[in-house]
Amino acid sequence: MTDSVAAPEPVIEVRDLTVHFPVRKGFIGRTVGHVRAVDGVDLAIRPGETLGLVGESGCGKTTLGRSIARILKPTGGEVRYRGPDGTVTDLATLGERALKPFQRQIRVVFQDPFSSLNPRMTLLQIVGEPLRANGIASGSELEHRVAEMLERVGLSPKYMNRYPHAFSGGERQRVNIARALILGPRVVIADEPVSALDVSVRAQILNLLRDLQEELKLTYLFVSHDLSVVENICDRVAVMYLGKIVEVADTAELYSSPRHPYTEALLSAVPRPDPRLRGAGRRIRLADDLPDPANPPPGCYFHTRCPYAVPGVCDIDGHGPVLTGTGPQHDAACLRTSELDLVGVASEPA
Amino acid sequence: MTTVLLDADTTSSVEAGAETGTKNGRRTAKQWRLVWWKFRQHKLAMVGLVLMFGIYLVALFAEFLAPFGTSTFNSEYTYAPPQRIHVDWGEGLYVHGYTSTIDEETFEPTFEVDESQRIEIGLFVKGEEYELFGLIPWDRHLIGPEDPGQPMYLLGADRNGHDLLSRLIHGTRISMTIGLVGVAMALVLGIILGGVSGYFGGRTDTVIQRIVEFFMSIPGIPLWMGLSAALPHEWGPMQRYFAITVILAVIGWTDMARVVRGRFLSLRNEEFVTSARLDGSGRPRVIYRHMLPSFTSHLIASVTLSIPAMILAETSLSFLGLGLQDPVVSWGVLLQDAQNVRVLSTAPWLMLPGVAVIVAVLALNFVGDGLRDAADPYKR
Amino acid sequence: MPREDPLLEISDLRTHFFTREGTVRAVDGVSLTVPRGKTVCVVGESGCGKSVTARSVLGLVDEPGRIVSGEIWWRRRGQEPVNLAQLGPRSEEMRRVRGGEISMVFQEPMASLSPMYTIGDQLVEAIRMHLPLTQEQARERATDLLRRAGIPRAEERLDAYSFQLSGGMCQRVMIAIALAADPALLIADEPTTALDVTTQARIIDLLRDLQAETGMSVLFITHDLGVVAEIADEVVVMYLGTVVERGGVDEIFHDPKHPYTNALLGSIPRMGAGAGRRLATIRGNVPHPSDRPAGCPFHPRCDAAIGGVCDVSDPPHIVFGEARSVRCVLHDDVHRSSAAEVRA
Repeated sequence: MTDSVAAPEPVIEVRDLTVHFPVRKGFIGRTVGHVRAVDGVDLAIRPGETLGLVGESGCGKTTLGRSIARILKPTGGEVRYRGPDGTVTDLATLGERALKPFQRQIRVVFQDPFSSLNPRMTLLQIVGEPLRANGIASGSELEHRVAEMLERVGLSPKYMNRYPHAFSGGERQRVNIARALILGPRVVIADEPVSALDVSVRAQILNLLRDLQEELKLTYLFVSHDLSVVENICDRVAVMYLGKIVEVADTAELYSSPRHPYTEALLSAVPRPDPRLRGAGRRIRLADDLPDPANPPPGCYFHTRCPYAVPGVCDIDGHGPVLTGTGPQHDAACLRTSELDLVGVASEPA
Repeated sequence: MTTVLLDADTTSSVEAGAETGTKNGRRTAKQWRLVWWKFRQHKLAMVGLVLMFGIYLVALFAEFLAPFGTSTFNSEYTYAPPQRIHVDWGEGLYVHGYTSTIDEETFEPTFEVDESQRIEIGLFVKGEEYELFGLIPWDRHLIGPEDPGQPMYLLGADRNGHDLLSRLIHGTRISMTIGLVGVAMALVLGIILGGVSGYFGGRTDTVIQRIVEFFMSIPGIPLWMGLSAALPHEWGPMQRYFAITVILAVIGWTDMARVVRGRFLSLRNEEFVTSARLDGSGRPRVIYRHMLPSFTSHLIASVTLSIPAMILAETSLSFLGLGLQDPVVSWGVLLQDAQNVRVLSTAPWLMLPGVAVIVAVLALNFVGDGLRDAADPYKR
Repeated sequence: MPREDPLLEISDLRTHFFTREGTVRAVDGVSLTVPRGKTVCVVGESGCGKSVTARSVLGLVDEPGRIVSGEIWWRRRGQEPVNLAQLGPRSEEMRRVRGGEISMVFQEPMASLSPMYTIGDQLVEAIRMHLPLTQEQARERATDLLRRAGIPRAEERLDAYSFQLSGGMCQRVMIAIALAADPALLIADEPTTALDVTTQARIIDLLRDLQAETGMSVLFITHDLGVVAEIADEVVVMYLGTVVERGGVDEIFHDPKHPYTNALLGSIPRMGAGAGRRLATIRGNVPHPSDRPAGCPFHPRCDAAIGGVCDVSDPPHIVFGEARSVRCVLHDDVHRSSAAEVRA
């Protein structure tokens, strides 16, 4: 009865999304296989939430984010976007022109504050570009709106005519955020937005993202490899491994009682900034070698590194796990999840 | 314990960071300023730049700087050796005249500088009439004999008694501009084909790259020779000049196309280009407003580096007698006289156009090197 | 019992870079000690000079940088101490120390290994450079080192190339090479920054185990306070070329004395402390080392800064104990009272 209230209609619903990159070989570039960067992902992003997307490098989290933003064209599946008026559009198949109005509503903040800003343009030109390109504003009107936006992200508008090289990493990331928000988007896909920043600046940007979300009613997809940052800013978290989502749950739930061995291993590997916690909790160490994503192992993709894998159960070709509910608002893709007693992060002693 | 906040730097968190330091000029400096600041640190490039400016100034004011015109000659003074300028504080500048002796076997005259003769020379003297920049009629020359009939060969004379200095100065114009015009044409071809190749990639790229490789695989000298030999003999000097530049451009565009393509390929995946696409900028705007400015400085550097190649190519063609020909004067044409070893032993000064080529090529190369290093002032 | 002489003692080290834009004081008066058999972590943000400090020890500072003053005492057991700051970067003595007695592991394992030679070639070369072994003996030792570095199927991996291995494996190979001559000190410059968390955890375990096994000292450079808490015995906190605080790992994390250490600890998200907590921030940005503020380098960002004191004079060096010190006027009774007068 109250189910629809608890989980409102998602803004973005990803259904069975796949992104394959061809592996080419030889003189004429014959395709000899595919890297399944994203391999059948289902994911719902709810309005107003911050959904974290975590995983090791090469797990496909960036590719998934990029294909939702349609920087990449997915190989298959749907990206269903629910507009403010309730109409649902599948972005996965739209052409460049038809995509334009949606790209104003879904914006991206990139990781690298250095390569994502054109060094030859001033802040005014960079932040004003989306307005100009979409024919929304020009001249003094554009300048006025850029100034307002810069102020909002904590930059003084008097630096509008400076070039990016005059700014530090944190300030550049503010510019990136201003550029993303000036079109008044509903969804922001942030790809590792604080990874390249100094520790003392990271908190500023995280707080800024949080404030802007509240003020502008934004929905975030927060892609990151840093589990402590994700825990701090995200409402829900999705864990990715080799192109698949292996677990999704509310942040507190996922961190305290993970239901997938991979999540457990990730959590136990995060160094805790407290020497008194050294050696506390279960120490799970995964083998370094990630399987080749062009040739994933049979059965559960994780079984080659999983400490709980059982031969004959987890490695049967064609019988991989699917993402299923293991509790309220908690999905995991593990064949043995009900048998396992996994440990999450214990709270720090006060 | 109470603490006191500092008055300064508390206005805004971000101002505090941006306001520190004294190098405020850098913060608003446009790209070209930054390139210039970096270029200036390259000493050799600065020397090259000064030389390059000097050489192009000579090309611009050739008629005024040269004592005589290109066709002025005095057949009495074949292979006259260079004279030295002497300064007489009372009466001004002078050079010594010549005495000639006829070789009894070959009947060739040989000249000696005759210390007893004095030929008065002066600055801004009246001489042959000419039109500066092809517009302003004038008759003054920077240096020349007070009496236009007197011989003055500061760098010696050639087989016909032409003044080598004058011809060298006039040759500067042709030699230095043929490189510029050739490169300009190559640049247009290169940007169009390289840009298309790099931006679209895929099959288009493959086809264009194969064409580039085909052009690069043709040996240069035989191709020039073939093309130049095909030029109709009745063509005037102007037509020939343009034909030669076209030939040079046809050879030279491939390098340019490769540079442009490489830049496009690497920029295509830069995040700021992706951002521009997501901002809704159209394709032409992404190319011309976001991508092209990012490598214009690199492009200028490669252009500067390919001008010397063009100059050398023209020189070789003309030296071989396939390029420009008398009465047009270029350094290569002048060097045709220096082909003969016997001539060189009697008149070694005929090698001087070669020195001019070396100086010009080195200067341009230094400038090009400096530009290449300074091209990306944002590298960290 | 008096503390044994430390293995490495850096005192008042200054390494400056002479660029055309001016002198960058990357390291400006750094003092620290590495006791025998201990792990000392140098922690700080970009531009704090932590890497330059490490590179100064081995004479690996790139042009236009130069050690301007200070001493780096290297104390081998039973031998006269050597001042490494006085040795030429290419001198015989420095070459013996570098790689033999002190070895180094860098951030980018892929870039540190040559793709042209096999892992075995590079390892054998490193071994034979410092030990008088035959080719066969060296190869045997190489296999053993790889095994100790936690590389499975070590014999096979000897013939592999770096590009055939993952980042974590490459870092293990680098550690094996660093251990080739049984060094007394291992300098690790952000060895886990480029790696994934799961791999990072294993490399940290490895370093800890190897240290326990060999008794070597480790100087660990990092920006990640979590890693510091995992591995350090003693911590050196740096900011803009100076050491702001030094202490045991527990003291630093649970009794930080310098406002910077304190603020830094407050600004990192802690797991399990409840998601969605707003983080404390440090205002402003880390200045570029060439724009160092006068007085205490941290004063423009410090909430406890005292006008007329912190922005004028260098902070005093307050020593609390053997390995515990802080550079801050707040802990100086004399200054604190005079600051009160200024305020009044």
